[in-house]
Formats: sequence, C-alpha cells, structure tokens
Amino acid sequence: MPTNGAPLGTPTKVTQGSQTKGGIGESTLRPDGTLKVTGEFAYSSDMWHEDMLWGQILRSTVAHAEIVSIDTAEALATPGVYAVLTYDDLPTDVKNYGLEIQDTPVLAHGKVRHHGEPVALVAADHPETARRAAAKIRVEYRELPVITDEASATAPDAILVHENRDDHHIGHVPHPNIVHRQPIVRGDVAAARARADVIVAGEYTFGMQDQAFLGPESGLAVPEEDGGVHLYIATQWLHSDLRQIAPVLGLPEEKVRMTLSGVGGAFGGREDLSMQIHACLLALRTGKPVKIVYNRFESFFGHVHRHPAKLYYEHGATKDGKLTHLKCRIVLDGGAYASASPAVVGNASSLSVGPYVVEDVDIEAIALYTNNPPCGAMRGFGAVQACFAYEAQMDKLAKRLGMDPVEFRQLNAMEQGTLMPTGQPVDSPAPVAELLRRVKAMPMPPERQWESSEGADVRQLPGGLSNTTHGEGVVRGVGYAVGIKNVGFSEGFDDYSTAKVRMEVVGGEPVATVHTAMAEVGQGGVTVHAQIARTELGVAQVTIHPADTQVGSAGSTSASRQTYVTGGAVKNACELVRERVLEIGRRKFGSHHPAWATAELLLEGGKVVTDGGEVLADLVDVLEGEAVEVEEEWRHRPTEAFDLRTGQGNGHVQYSFAAHRAVVEVDTELGLVKVIELACAQDVGKALNPLSVVGQIQGGTTQGLGVAVMEEIIVDPKTAKVKNPSFTDYLIPTILDTPTIPVDVLELADDHAPYGLRGVGEAPTLSSTPAVLAAIREATGLELNRTPVRPEHLTGT
Amino acid sequence: MRVNFTVNGRPQEADDVWEGESLLYVLRERLGLPGSKNACEQGECGSCTVRLDGVPVCSCLVAAGQVEGRDVVTVEGLADFAKQRAQHGGCSTGATGACGTSLQDARQWAAKGQDSQTGEGTELAPIQQAFIDAGAVQCGFCTPGLLVAADEMLERNPNPSDADIREALSGNLCRCTGYEKIMDAVRLAAARQAEAV
Repeated sequence: MPTNGAPLGTPTKVTQGSQTKGGIGESTLRPDGTLKVTGEFAYSSDMWHEDMLWGQILRSTVAHAEIVSIDTAEALATPGVYAVLTYDDLPTDVKNYGLEIQDTPVLAHGKVRHHGEPVALVAADHPETARRAAAKIRVEYRELPVITDEASATAPDAILVHENRDDHHIGHVPHPNIVHRQPIVRGDVAAARARADVIVAGEYTFGMQDQAFLGPESGLAVPEEDGGVHLYIATQWLHSDLRQIAPVLGLPEEKVRMTLSGVGGAFGGREDLSMQIHACLLALRTGKPVKIVYNRFESFFGHVHRHPAKLYYEHGATKDGKLTHLKCRIVLDGGAYASASPAVVGNASSLSVGPYVVEDVDIEAIALYTNNPPCGAMRGFGAVQACFAYEAQMDKLAKRLGMDPVEFRQLNAMEQGTLMPTGQPVDSPAPVAELLRRVKAMPMPPERQWESSEGADVRQLPGGLSNTTHGEGVVRGVGYAVGIKNVGFSEGFDDYSTAKVRMEVVGGEPVATVHTAMAEVGQGGVTVHAQIARTELGVAQVTIHPADTQVGSAGSTSASRQTYVTGGAVKNACELVRERVLEIGRRKFGSHHPAWATAELLLEGGKVVTDGGEVLADLVDVLEGEAVEVEEEWRHRPTEAFDLRTGQGNGHVQYSFAAHRAVVEVDTELGLVKVIELACAQDVGKALNPLSVVGQIQGGTTQGLGVAVMEEIIVDPKTAKVKNPSFTDYLIPTILDTPTIPVDVLELADDHAPYGLRGVGEAPTLSSTPAVLAAIREATGLELNRTPVRPEHLTGT
Repeated sequence: MRVNFTVNGRPQEADDVWEGESLLYVLRERLGLPGSKNACEQGECGSCTVRLDGVPVCSCLVAAGQVEGRDVVTVEGLADFAKQRAQHGGCSTGATGACGTSLQDARQWAAKGQDSQTGEGTELAPIQQAFIDAGAVQCGFCTPGLLVAADEMLERNPNPSDADIREALSGNLCRCTGYEKIMDAVRLAAARQAEAV
C-alpha cells in the first residue's frame, strides 16, 4: 500500500550552530531544502488519502457560446464514477467568485466566455476513469461571435461579455466591455510638447505570457465530520481563497479549514482560484476525499496569464536630452473575467512613465473584457508591459538625439524626492542612475567565445547543437534597460499581515515558533522568518509552523511584499514577545541587578544582555515554566486610491528598481538569438538573505528573457482558442537558453521599511525584456516593436 | 495487470495497473514514491526523471508495463545509490544497471532512522547537498529530476565544462532559479567529488 499517506503539513525545525547566529543578512540555507532534495517535501499534487477519489473538470471547447444543453447521463453511468456536477448542482445562491469582482462562474451557467471554461465536474476512483467519463458528457453549444481586441470590444454593436454589470467600475468606464480605466493627467502636456526639439512615437505589442510554474494546480479536499471540509492546497493566499470558497459551499469560514501544501512555484498564477471549489464540491457531494491534479494542458487553461497589451507612446525631448512630456495609452486584454485586471490597470498607468522625471503627462490605461483567456497577476503586474514600451522609447530618443542610451537615461533618471505622475513623492532612495552606472561598469563577456583551435563550439552559438552556423552572419548587440516596480498592494488596500510568535523552553533550550499563513511558494519566506526570529529573540532554534488558516491572514505572496509585510509582522510579533520576556525577567530577576531597570536590554545568544554586552540572565531561566505567545497584525504605511479622473494620489507603498545589460548574438540570416549574458544591478534596501536575493534576481531576469525571445500563448484571433497549451509549443527558457546572470546588489535602506528592506522579486522581471530587445535591435538595426521576438521578425520572412 | 520491478534496490509489485498508466503514475500513486514530479506529463520538463537500468528517462513517457523485471532509481533512492557507487569506487553503469542497490543494502536503507518532519539525520548524495548549499532549490519542483540527471552526468563526466553541464541538463526545466545556482551546484558537486578522490 502507498505510504505517503496522511496529508500533513511540514513543520520545519531550523537549528543553527552557536558560531553562526543565522540572523538577518546571512545566507542561511532553506529549512525545507533537505525535504526538497530527497523527494519527501509534500507538494499539493503529492497528497494522498485512503479511499480518495479523483476529480476531473470538463472545459469548454469553444470560446464564446450559449450552452443549449448538458447531458451527463452516460458519464454518470460509467463504472467507477461517483458524481457528476454541473451548475445546477451548486448548493447555494453564490455561484461566482473573483478576487475583486465576483464575475467568474464556478461552473458555466448558460454561456461560456472563453476557451477552456469549466462546465462540469466528475469524481471517479481512477483519474483515467474520471477523464473518460468527462469526455462522455455531451454539451451542445450555440456559438456566438468572439470579442478579441479593442476594436471588437468597443464597437457600438459589440456583444457584451458580461451583461448587467453592477461592479464598482461600471460607473466610470466608457464601455461595458472595459473592466476599468485609469487616466493620469499632470502638468500641461500641450505646452511641454511645444518645447520639445524631438518627438518620438511608437506602438508596441506585448504578447501573452504564462507563469508556467512547474507544480500543476492541485489539491486534496477531505470532508470532515462536522459537515465542513479540509483543503490541502497550493495557493498564494490562503485567506483570500477561503473568502471566495466558503460562500459557494454554503459553509461558514470556520468549517473550511485550509492548510498550505507544498507549492511548486506561483509567479502570480495562483492568486486566483483554480480547482479549490471544484475539489470541495466533489468531496462534500461524495463524502469522500477528492484529489484534483491538472496536467500541463489543463494548467494552461486553469490559471490567468499576463495581460497582453498594446501600448501607444509619445515622448518629447529637448536637444540637450531632457524629456519634455509623455502621452501614452495602454490597452490591456483582460480576457473573459476580471481577475486582477483593475489593479493591473492601476499599476500600468501609475508606472507608465518609468523611473524618469517627466512632469507633464497624459496617461490612460484600460483593461478590456474579451473572449480571450482571462488575464491577471503575473510577476511584474502591469509594470512589465509599460517598461517594455518606455525603454524602447528611451533608446529611440537617444538615437534621435545622438546620445548614448545609458547617459540619456541617467540624465532623466528619477531620484529621491522626484514626484511620480500621481503626485506621490518618492521618499526613499531611487538610485536609478547609479544602477545603470553599475550594470554598465560590469566586465563585458569576451567576443566570439565560441571560437577555439578545434573550430566553433556550436553549443555557444545561436542555433546551438542544431549546427546552423559556425559564426557566419552572427552579430553581437548590447542593450540596456531600467525599470520601476511598486512593492505591496496599492491604492488604499488594507495590506496587512499577521504573525504568531511563541517562545518557550524545549529540551533545555529556548525555542521560538513562528506561525503565519504566508504561502511559501519557493521564494524563501520561511528562511527569512527564521532569520528574523533569531535576530530579534536571540535564539538558535526556530520552528516554522505550517501555514494554515488557524492564524490570521498573511496577505498574498505577490507584489514583492512578503518579506516586507509578513517579515514586518514577524519582526513586530517578536518585538512584542521580547517585551513580555523582559517583563518576566524583571519580575523574576529584577532585584538581582540594577541594569534590569535602567539599561536597554537585548536578547542575544540565548541570553538577556544589556546594550553594553553584560549578561543578566539565561533565557532558559527566564522562561522556565512560562511560555510567551503573541499573535498580532502588522501594517505598512497606508496608501490612497488614485483619483478616477486625474490619477492623483499616494497610491504606492514603496518602489523597487533594477537595471539590466543584455549582450546577445544574433544569427541575422536565420533570425536565431543567443543571449550571451544578462547582467543585473538592483537596489534591495537590505538583503536579509543574500543568497535568496540573488536567486530571486536571476529567476526574475530569466522570466523576462523568456518573454523577450520565446514565450507567448498564441490565441487564434478568429476563434479565440488557445493554440499552444503545452511545453512542446509554449517554450520557457532551458538551461541552454539562459546565459550567465551576474548580479550587483545595492543596499540603500528605505527608512520606512523593516530593516530598510525593499521588495525584490519583481523588479528584475521588468528591465530584462527590454534590455534583450535593445540588444537585438542594436545587432540587427530593426525597430522591433513587439515582444517576444520570433525568427521571422528578424529575417522579414 | 501486475508489474514486478525493482525500485531503489527493493523489489516492488504493483497490482491492478491499468495498461495506460505511466511509470510515473505507478511510482507516485501506487508505490508511495511521489518524489518524481508531475510537472508536464508529456516528456518536456524532466521533472519526473528517473534511471531505468541506469539510463535517465522521463518516467511519464514510460508505460508501466515496460518496466517489468527492470531496475528503477528515483530521487528517494539517490543518496543510497550514490553511496553504493562511492563504496564501489565509482562505476560505469552504462545501461546495465550494475549500480543498482542490492536487496540487503536496500533493507538497510529502508530501516535507516530519519526524522521525516525535518529531514534531520538524512544522509544526502553529494549532488543533493550541493543543491542545498548553492541555493539551487527554490520551489523545488524541478529539483528531483535535475538531481537524477545531474548525478548521472557526473557519473559519466566527473569534470564537466559549463557547456557540458548545460547540454546534459537541457531536458530539465526550472522556472524559479534562472539556472545560475543550479550551475553553481553542479560545479560544486564536481569539485567536491574531485577533492574526495
């Protein structure tokens, strides 16, 4: 019998030797590392339960259609099938869910709005039985015309993707097929434009990128005796899932228990629900545990993607190289359901200028409802698309002015004190010019490094082992880019986190336990939490409790926010624990030494010490017979909504900056690109774990490389159907496609943030793509206004 | 159908296997060995890489019936596999499976005390330790397949160039790390291996 049995979370004990204190600033190793290299770490798809069933989702084969009928009889009669559910089986009046707007049907009702929309569910005793039964469900569709772009969405007679909208954006959008619109106007663009010596305009296209996390959407729902359900799940935000799941099931939130399972990557693709409600519905209907695991094909339909975008940019500059104004219009395709589109619009508009000083702006960003696949959160979140466009513009302007592209950027770089187009001052270091200087100063990779005495090493050439060139037609190019990303949830969102910290003596040693609901998705939050607890509480041993809903919300593992916000919550809870520990110490030992009353006291090396280093007591003695526990919410500075007409408002918490230099070699005859090196300089405020910080930067850089030269979900414009839902046809960078990524980490503290840190995860995804594009442009002389670049764009074939 | 084969040196018998089931499914769902991962189930990502008679294969593309009578090594058995190899002074398996663990050794392995909650007390293969030390593990979903592939490469080529490493691992996708730390880990394992000789 299988023995990977009980679906338990994985408490993780972290012990450091007395030599290494393992606090913040050190590259401590992942507490889950051993489990992950031995294959024992329990991911959501590894869950197993005695007597469990397998769930399968039937998805629409067309993008836009009325459902005429659904016949489940044959599926239900299949031996081994326990349940078949459709819209009619939903238990309550709540039949939709959504992050902000509840417009997404749990199961299609009368209509499907995109290719791959869930229509019916099957539970069976074997996954293949479930798949085959699902294939026996007969759905009759009456197809409708598809809305696929701005023109078809906003045509006067356009079919509405959602009739009867009543969300809070409908009042300010110019058309019901526009989810949200955010203009930003500041200064006097007409007057500034008149001052410009050169004006550069461009129309840019950004393709649809997929998060392509490796661990597929999956989980196990176990019905419980009290009528509730326990869901073991991979997600980015347990409490957000819970808020959406419970009403559909008709259960109070306390009867839906959620435990985080191992998460195989996320990158934004797990912010929305996927199979969570489906698994719970099947478990509650059958009374049996139900496991659902998507395969890769289904995963491409099972989560939102990065918004493809059209971006219309016009900049002006004076002949001495100062930017005069920006007019831009960003059209994001949100697909069939809202997901995170409104927030992506807010980001795209407010970060559309980039890290530059431009006082006169006229900006508009919108997201469309179409019948294309739903789009939402992905690493970089609206800032990525804008960065691609404004950095292309910077290169064009520099060229027109005959200036060096890096110097031109530095001349216009924002700095601390610069006002954002929203009027918000950047009130912490903004070392944009310095990051560009650093990335430019890195040594260049040698020319023609494929050459050797034995001839060309084709592995290092464009085309690789396909042996398409030995260097003929290969041209090198170098490109630069820099970007700005906000950190944390913006626009007035109550972006708090909760941490529970306990301190007690276990086995003769002081031990801290950190319990949060933070989703560890690979980023290393668990490593950092242990480091923070050691620094604040002076203990060697920290236990990281599994993340679940038995503790308050930690917010989402997204927006580069978790080290800042849940890290901040852990720090705060530790400080409160420390106060309580010191109170106990004063009560027990205060009469032994006057410093208990007079000195600043710290916890270090398992002891209570004065700030002068004098030891007052051993923590074991202070905590003998006592345990201290604190659960507390923590908040960063509040933000404001953007004004709906002017876009003004202190909308963001913090900004994060990275710059890239790309070196590429292009086989100009075949249009094949080899990225030779992709160097990055990033300001991280304070690197709590330098090893993890560099890992984040290299990972983000590589996702940016992917969308520069290979990654795109292709949607047929005639049918709105996805044409490449597989790793055979949707390519992500392999180790052969990925160059060396030297990283220069700058640490300029943000005084508003815990330890001065700055969110790290997203900024490197922004500038990577335009740097690669700039390098390819330099190599080929082509304009290249779309990404990803494909061979035919380089050869004109 | 019934399938008899050896996994990490231990004879295994899987019953009621449907003919369409993959080796990956049998390992994960019937034998309680979920270490081999299911990232694409179409032979593109390498996360399910195991050794079949010594040869690295995508276990998602191997029909369960094909492994009848053969030897499989998964990430769960990698530490022991590497230990056996080291004790026998290294070996060139080719496709013979000569490095397979004997039944007696496997029993010893199975009985080894370890804390499944923390992984403490776990003996690791050099490549596993190197992945931890170099920061090559983030979400970890690609890790088992990469470990099996990298270990096999180092067995064949103890002193690989960077181009060799990239070529050998080009069938294993990773979405988190950008591969730099994976390169570091393989270089580290190779260097430690050279030092130990």
